[in-house]
Amino acid sequence: MDQLAEAVPYLGKRNLKAARWVVIIIALVAPIIAMMFGRTWVRILDFALLYMMLALGLNLVVGFAGLLDLGYIAFYAVGAYTWAFLASPHFGVHWPFWAILPLGAGFAAMAGIILGFPVLRLRGDYLAIVTLGFGEIVRIFMNNLNYPVNITNGPQGINALDSMNLFGWDLARNLTIGDVQIHSLYLYYYFFLLCVAGSIMFIQRMQISRIGRAWAAMRDDELAAKAIGINTRNLKLLAFSLGATFGGVAGGLFGSFQGFVSPESFSLMESIAVLTMVVFGGMGNIAGAVVGALALTALPEILRNIAVPLQETLFGHVLLDPEVLRMLLLSLAMILMMLLRPGGLIPAHARYSRPELLGKGVRT
Amino acid sequence: MDTLLQQLLNGLVVGSVYALVALGYTMVYGILGLINFAHGEVLMVGALTALTVITTLMGVSPDMPPLLLLGIGLLAAMVVCMIVAFLMERLAYRKLRNAPRLAPLITAIGVSFLLQTLAMIVWGRNYHTFPQLISTTPMQPIEGVYINPIQITTIVASAIIMVGLVLLVTRTKLGRAMRATAENHRVASLMGVDVNKIISLTFVLGAALAAVAGVLFASNYGIAHYAMGFMPGLKAFTAAVLGGIGNLGGAMLGGIVLGLVEAVGAGYIEHLTFGFLNSSYQDIFAFVILGIVLIFRPTGLLGERVSDRA
Amino acid sequence: MIKLLEARNVGKRFGGLTALSEVSLTINKGEVYGLIGPNGAGKTTFFNVLTGAYIPDDGEFVFNGIELPVGKPHLVVEAGIARTFQNIRLFSQMSALENVMAGHHIRTKANIWGILTQNKHTREEERLTTERAYELLKYVGIERFADTICKNLSYGDQRRLEIARALATEPQLLALDEPAAGMNATETSQLKVLIEQIRRDGVTVLLIEHDVKLVMGLCDRLSVLDFGKKIAEDVPAVVQKNEAVINAYLGGGKHE
Repeated sequence: MDQLAEAVPYLGKRNLKAARWVVIIIALVAPIIAMMFGRTWVRILDFALLYMMLALGLNLVVGFAGLLDLGYIAFYAVGAYTWAFLASPHFGVHWPFWAILPLGAGFAAMAGIILGFPVLRLRGDYLAIVTLGFGEIVRIFMNNLNYPVNITNGPQGINALDSMNLFGWDLARNLTIGDVQIHSLYLYYYFFLLCVAGSIMFIQRMQISRIGRAWAAMRDDELAAKAIGINTRNLKLLAFSLGATFGGVAGGLFGSFQGFVSPESFSLMESIAVLTMVVFGGMGNIAGAVVGALALTALPEILRNIAVPLQETLFGHVLLDPEVLRMLLLSLAMILMMLLRPGGLIPAHARYSRPELLGKGVRT
Repeated sequence: MDTLLQQLLNGLVVGSVYALVALGYTMVYGILGLINFAHGEVLMVGALTALTVITTLMGVSPDMPPLLLLGIGLLAAMVVCMIVAFLMERLAYRKLRNAPRLAPLITAIGVSFLLQTLAMIVWGRNYHTFPQLISTTPMQPIEGVYINPIQITTIVASAIIMVGLVLLVTRTKLGRAMRATAENHRVASLMGVDVNKIISLTFVLGAALAAVAGVLFASNYGIAHYAMGFMPGLKAFTAAVLGGIGNLGGAMLGGIVLGLVEAVGAGYIEHLTFGFLNSSYQDIFAFVILGIVLIFRPTGLLGERVSDRA
Repeated sequence: MIKLLEARNVGKRFGGLTALSEVSLTINKGEVYGLIGPNGAGKTTFFNVLTGAYIPDDGEFVFNGIELPVGKPHLVVEAGIARTFQNIRLFSQMSALENVMAGHHIRTKANIWGILTQNKHTREEERLTTERAYELLKYVGIERFADTICKNLSYGDQRRLEIARALATEPQLLALDEPAAGMNATETSQLKVLIEQIRRDGVTVLLIEHDVKLVMGLCDRLSVLDFGKKIAEDVPAVVQKNEAVINAYLGGGKHE
């Protein structure tokens, strides 16, 4: 929260309190403004919030602990498929959200630990490739586990997932209070916003804690970290499984929001997209992950709405379709950021603790 | 028995292609310590360039002999790939040579997807039919075992190129400069080696091999498209690690072994898992092997013999 | 005298090279113990084996009467041995204060639940960690740089910071790997004062050093390593006169 407030241009450095309110107000009114441009934009914001959760989780792994995970989307898939299995006509099971969401998170965390145990002793670049392989293996299984027993329904995916139902309050239905009708997309927005806010709070508390400090130490110099007694293996596992947990929760939310899941949503490109968000925003920085996710979800959509009509007027037909534009944007963002501004849009600052905790008498 | 022999043969063909690509990974890794994630895309660029050149030529002069067509296509592919690799090193990697360890890798991933996107823009999303200029009519040297001329060409061409590369690295002055650079950039430059030039050259050389691999790959399957480089690239990387990354002989051995394991595995996986997994899981082998090798024997089959590094 | 650390026949080989062979020594509680020897004698290897960075091929270490775990650096630190590095290894992205706070990690307990809820115990622990870190900075005399990113500190101050970070792990034995390397005469004499202070405060010190003058003036007892073997162990005055030691240092022809 405070990191986000600090990132507010101009105000952040001068008046933190005001900046904090700016962030809160923007977050609250964003969907109302978006609705003026059409329903799609609220939907896009909803997705941006999901990507924020993913970016926050991946940032914990890559940015805090320094482990490059290229298979992160697999945990998202675990969460989404958990939802699909337990809340859809596919198996005819319809569990409530408060049971599935933690379960999906738990499964994802478990997957994180199972993957983490053998691979975490690998050096950075090898780790990246092996996690990429893990992501692909998960996707291959999703694609093919419709035979001989139909578990995942293969490439078609699973349809008609239950919507998010918060104790009898269905987020997929418009809410009517008196004469006012609140659109379902708003409901999802505010619910996701709550989830993101919770994630930010949790992750920020982790960052400034003894564990966050130990992660930072390990990322800076693993050997020195070991020499001061930090159990690097456990801390890496913790980062990996915590990151996976966020992926799992986001996956569950995604499944219920979208209403269907298929392997296509969990391709390597998606892992890379989330990584780009983290890199673009600024590794090791909560505000970076949030801003990166927002920018790289919204920008392709803005491009879609500007570039496509523009191309039609200029050339008479569409040269670059929206999907190409998105990939172009993501890959260029990644390369150019690394070359020109490796710290990202909002570079992380070197502070992992709160020296203000020092008692008055101590500091002289 | 005949199935096994057939699978081994198929594996050898794919394995030779992996080996060619793996050499590019291993050379760049040996010299820069960088996993050039985009190397697989170079294969794709090679195949698609050859496709464009060949189909254009076929349109212009329909009665050109097929081998000449293929030769020109291959040459064009090599030139384009070398230019792409040169630019890639120059524009994206050079600046990051001394950056923190993850930066060049992240950039390489970006370059990989950028190349795919550009290919998508140039050649579209569709699968293209790649003209099979060398016959694919199967012959039957042994009862029940089939092999076709393009498969033979693939194995022979790869073998010749690999021998040539080994000679280049071990017997020539250029090869010595490459080995020296791989050992230690600073010392090599003190000894009068132009390190930047050698690194560019390594990329370019690797790209030429990838171009050949791309054309052979596409000729074998009769298909080319913008994403075709990704899987072979990843598998070639696995092959390089399997053999011992940084080690030329290892890359070749790793490629062949991976090709064989994959082919045989795909043939028997259904039996092994009592029908639960089938050959659509073929791609898993590479990843599983990669994981196992990295975890239990990160130096690969041949270990890392520093003197062999190029 | 109470034994604090006992090395028993410790050996370590790298391929065909014997880096340490049958090294036995005993460090008593409260002393400053020196480990000297020419370059490549195996001093740093001894450190690495002791602190769990390498796994020894032979022998074991007994610390406070209990055998030390092998190849598990964090358990060695937990048992009460802290080290510094020959080429300073600080967490370059952190402030000086945070470096020391990180050093306190192993003596703190807050878990995820405590951190999430920020309960009283977690907050109190964090406050104590911060205070203790600040006191340690004061102790080594660099508290005015508490908020400075450590890579911007002077060389000598970085050395001091590394010692403070090691002390934050609350060790009984502090192992210093060439702490005076690269220091000028003034800095070295300040370092000597600091080490003596550390000893007075009840921490035993194991010191690898090249600076013979510093070692002789500071150590209660010392061992000399040469080609991975212990060739002498005694009080400085005696070791100084030992013939094998003189030969090793002056490069007597017997090894060629």
